[in-house]
Amino acid sequence: MFELIAQYPLLAALAALVSLGAIFGALLGFAAVRFKTEGNPIADQINELLPQTQCGQCGHPGCRPYAEAIAGGAAINKCPPGGEATIQALADLLDVEAIPLDAEHGEENITAVAYIREDECIGCTKCIQACPVDAILGAAKQMHTVISSECTGCDLCVEPCPVDCIDMIPQEENLQTWHWKLPELGRRNLDIIASDADKGNVA
Amino acid sequence: MRKIYDFHGGIHPPENKQQSLGGPIRSAGIPKQLTVPLSQHIGAASKPLVTIGERVLKGQVIAEAGGFVSVPQHAPSSGTVIAIEDRAIPHPSGFHAPCIVIECDGKDEWLPLQGLANYSERSPEELLDLIREAGIAGMGGAGFPAAVKLKGKPESQIQTLIINGTECEPYITADDALMRERAEDIITGVKILQHIVKPTETLIGVEDNKPEGIVALREAAQGSDIEVVEFPTKYPSGGEKQLIEILTGKQVPSGGLPADIGIVCQNLGTTVAVQQAVLQGRPLISRITTVTGEAVDQPGNFEVLLGTPMSHLLELAGYDSTRNKRLIMGGPMMGFTLTDLNVPVVKTTNCLLAPSESELPAPPPAQACIRCGLCAEACPASLLPQQLFWFSQGKEYEKLEQHNLFDCIECGACSYVCPSNIPLVQYYRASKADILQQRRDHEKSEQSRLRFEARQERLAREEEEKAAKRAARKKAAELRAQQAADSDSVEDPIQAAIERAKAKKASQQQSAATESELEKLEKAVASTRKRLETASSKLKQAQEEGSELVEALQKGVDKTQVKLEQAEKALAEYQAKQPQATEGSHDTGDAAQAAIAKAKAARAAAGDMSPQEKLQKQVDNLRQRLEKTSQRLAESRSAGEEAKIVDALEATEQRLQSKLAEAEQELAKFNAMEAS
Amino acid sequence: MALLRITSPHAHGPMSTQRVMQQVLLAALPGIVVLTYFFGFGTLVNILWGSLLALSFEALALKLRGRDIGFYLKDYSALVTATLLGIAMPPYAPWWLIAVGIASAIILAKHLYGGLGYNPFNPAMVGYVVLLISFPVQMTAWTAPRGVGEVPGLLDALQACFLPALYDGVTQATPLDVLKQNNSLLIEQLWEDNPIFGRWAGLGWEWANLAFLAGGAWLLYRRIFTWHAPVAMLLSIALLSAIFYDGGSSASGGSPLFHLLSGATMFGAFFIVTDPVTSAVSLRGRLIYGALIGMLVYIIRVSGNYPDAIAFAVLIMNFAAPFIDHYTQPPTYGHRKKTEQH
Repeated sequence: MFELIAQYPLLAALAALVSLGAIFGALLGFAAVRFKTEGNPIADQINELLPQTQCGQCGHPGCRPYAEAIAGGAAINKCPPGGEATIQALADLLDVEAIPLDAEHGEENITAVAYIREDECIGCTKCIQACPVDAILGAAKQMHTVISSECTGCDLCVEPCPVDCIDMIPQEENLQTWHWKLPELGRRNLDIIASDADKGNVA
Repeated sequence: MRKIYDFHGGIHPPENKQQSLGGPIRSAGIPKQLTVPLSQHIGAASKPLVTIGERVLKGQVIAEAGGFVSVPQHAPSSGTVIAIEDRAIPHPSGFHAPCIVIECDGKDEWLPLQGLANYSERSPEELLDLIREAGIAGMGGAGFPAAVKLKGKPESQIQTLIINGTECEPYITADDALMRERAEDIITGVKILQHIVKPTETLIGVEDNKPEGIVALREAAQGSDIEVVEFPTKYPSGGEKQLIEILTGKQVPSGGLPADIGIVCQNLGTTVAVQQAVLQGRPLISRITTVTGEAVDQPGNFEVLLGTPMSHLLELAGYDSTRNKRLIMGGPMMGFTLTDLNVPVVKTTNCLLAPSESELPAPPPAQACIRCGLCAEACPASLLPQQLFWFSQGKEYEKLEQHNLFDCIECGACSYVCPSNIPLVQYYRASKADILQQRRDHEKSEQSRLRFEARQERLAREEEEKAAKRAARKKAAELRAQQAADSDSVEDPIQAAIERAKAKKASQQQSAATESELEKLEKAVASTRKRLETASSKLKQAQEEGSELVEALQKGVDKTQVKLEQAEKALAEYQAKQPQATEGSHDTGDAAQAAIAKAKAARAAAGDMSPQEKLQKQVDNLRQRLEKTSQRLAESRSAGEEAKIVDALEATEQRLQSKLAEAEQELAKFNAMEAS
Repeated sequence: MALLRITSPHAHGPMSTQRVMQQVLLAALPGIVVLTYFFGFGTLVNILWGSLLALSFEALALKLRGRDIGFYLKDYSALVTATLLGIAMPPYAPWWLIAVGIASAIILAKHLYGGLGYNPFNPAMVGYVVLLISFPVQMTAWTAPRGVGEVPGLLDALQACFLPALYDGVTQATPLDVLKQNNSLLIEQLWEDNPIFGRWAGLGWEWANLAFLAGGAWLLYRRIFTWHAPVAMLLSIALLSAIFYDGGSSASGGSPLFHLLSGATMFGAFFIVTDPVTSAVSLRGRLIYGALIGMLVYIIRVSGNYPDAIAFAVLIMNFAAPFIDHYTQPPTYGHRKKTEQH
């Protein structure tokens, strides 16, 4: 036996590699079972960063499914309500390049809140069924109303309304939310790198 | 002699206080109109109690406190309420906010006042109520309701009462003037506050650049346990936290209140207001305001009714608008600019600064930060302002919080010393606001997530319950049938029962069949649609490749299309036949999903459409909606539904019609443009 | 007329970047005068030619980067860089040597990193090190000081700069060189044998160092920078040289006085180490930064390959500055622990 192996070093190498493979495979298999993590921690972290409007503009039915899709490799730029800030945060988390918002899924707008013109509401409950966060109150044949503090501005309730009595009211700045903005940088302070200095002006 | 502590940093800007100390406090008189903003303080806005056209007396409550952290507002003079509407208010944003506007009759007729002669016999709670009712909010700058601050937290015992007479901002002399002329009132006010908070020591902190005021105060305080403490002038020693450190050597813990270390602070001006409120029953309707700067000819201190337009005050001081490029409410370090001369004087207006261009020149463009560290030396909170500046520029919020951005008091010392003229404070303000906004957004999204998940759970549960019910019903029916079969051999009435049971069972089965029928139909539609999709994609590919199979594939696609239409039709018919069944199982469960899918499809389609197509689509959409509404209207009319619903539908119809007309017009315009 | 709407503060102090830079230039004057007295016009020519080049390179770099040239040239930072490099370089350097140094300083060390405020390394020292490594012969050729040799005149200086091939000056090893190469003489003998050692630390050098010390003291008085970094550096040099000064044997590293007043010690302490852009920012950080530079200077002087070490020590510590800052964040108001309360 040993002679045979000594004669054919190839066999020795083969045996060594196979046994090594078997040992490490067993180890990995054991670790996979022993240290199994519940759920998908990455998807959870991604879900944390999404704005939770549940608007479906990304093409997924809610934020959680989109988070899972991103964890599975989907593009990070399909969330218009989150906008650039969310893309940046996702890029940081996943250590990928931040890419501009995919316009196909909509544009970044000011957050709006749904408002039901109550005297026009006929109480059909269609909007209640469409609201992903149960932010509309009401019952059949009774007037409905939006809990504005819970509304995410997804505008999914607008389409189903048969009498078109839901408005999306953009949230404007008021005394409480007003604040100084970052100083606008003068032209001369804008770019640090030389080559990008005049990019905007040439075209 | 009390030990005086020092705080880190600080600056010594030119004081410029002499200009406005030339004469005594002058009265600003009664202007034609008074504008009383409902929000002159920190906390909830007050709620108006008067109506337009109502005559009010001087000192009458015209708006009540809007919450716990809030104060009422009083009429500063007698007259008629002519408006309750949004007017320009003194706020850095330049926004308008609700105000009560009073047209003065010039009679200055007081509401009968009733003061307390011997306050020391009253309980602190009673006095706090009086202070609150008098509408007193901190008069130093922030405007925090005084009663709330004095009440403090029940668990923290107050040892030290500090009266802030520092007035460290350049130019401002309102408190100095009070000390010189009304030292007695101040001391009485302090004694009332002492009675309320019962401190073991009471200190009045004054910077050593007000020697006359200090002498007057000390004279008035003789024989009491009130100590007037003088300390070296340095900006910003009047900051509450800095003053506490100067006088006691203690630091207010970050994020905490002075009450946490047994201290409560009040502004000097507030003590006079307290004295008036308690002894005379007089609410806060006027204050001392310094008007100064090189653009006014007679700078000085004015006793001015709240609500008086700034323009009135400026006129009294000899304002020359040609010399003035920026008007500042407050001092040159922390005040904010006003863009409208007609904003009213409010409870926090301690100074109105109208500098000339040479006095306070417009800031030159910012240069690069050379990290000289002068800002770190000047920072009274021992922050590293230039690090904060770099992080603000890069929006690195986590780092900003790590570097304690929220301990910045926005005193402006860093910007003052910055050799590169960088507007550091603006960076910090913006970053703070952004971080707070982010926190709020995150809170809200967290809540939305929970609601979404709860909803999903609820839907799943409902579905499950329904399924369970169905199963139970089926089982019960079977059981009954079984029983019926078992008692087959018995007599006629039983036979009848069996018959009944059988019929029932049949109907049950039928309903089960309906269910599966519906499912089947839906499945058929779905699979046909899928087939159609794959077929068309194959066709497209073939077309692109120029394959010979195009024709065959085309045929296939057409066929599938027809099938799909049939399937859809069948489904629709079925649904129409079984309205209850479909609505019950289908609508509630998946309406959200369906809406999402629909919106998604609409958006996806909208994404690659030309504007014209979009318009066309819009028109189609509107037309469809209109049809739907008209149909619904007709139905409800024939069904004799409530008038309200019919009306609503009619209104909708009209609105949709007008919308449609508009859209069509637009489309026509577009088409015309295209044509030309 | 519209009223301005801007954020507070509305008042601004008298200090500006231009003024900071101007005062640094002014403070360097006494040192330059002393250097010129002892070594002739070489340093002056270095500075003037260097300044001309620095302004041109700066303007060129700004133009390439699409910036407002006038606005940035006015900040005097290029002039300061040129002056510091001109002082650090040996007098009577040829024009191209200065040009290479200035180009490295302004273009490489400053603008490639984003211009004033963004450069992690001291530009003048980068220029100096580039030259020292690339042209060691030219960079170590110091003229003999007045009292040892003939001091060249202004014309000689111009010739040395612009017609280097025709210039033939007398150069001599600096005291630091001599000390480094010494391995047989006691320190006392060394002083007796070499007139170049002057009274304490080298003929000419000691006075130049004192002049830079005076300039630095004036800047301190004007509160252009804080005392922390320079004092820490000087103390650390003095301490180390005192510890290893074994009474003046042949293996000795030299006395504290010698180290403090020789080479570029004072110039480095008050004009290089204090460069705000590249140094640590917090006060405690500056103490550490200065002390470590002092230590590196002593180690390189005594056991390194180069006679003087300010440039290397500063550049090495430039690397460490952000790290030092990270660990020396001062305690913010309200973050004191309870036990530390009065």
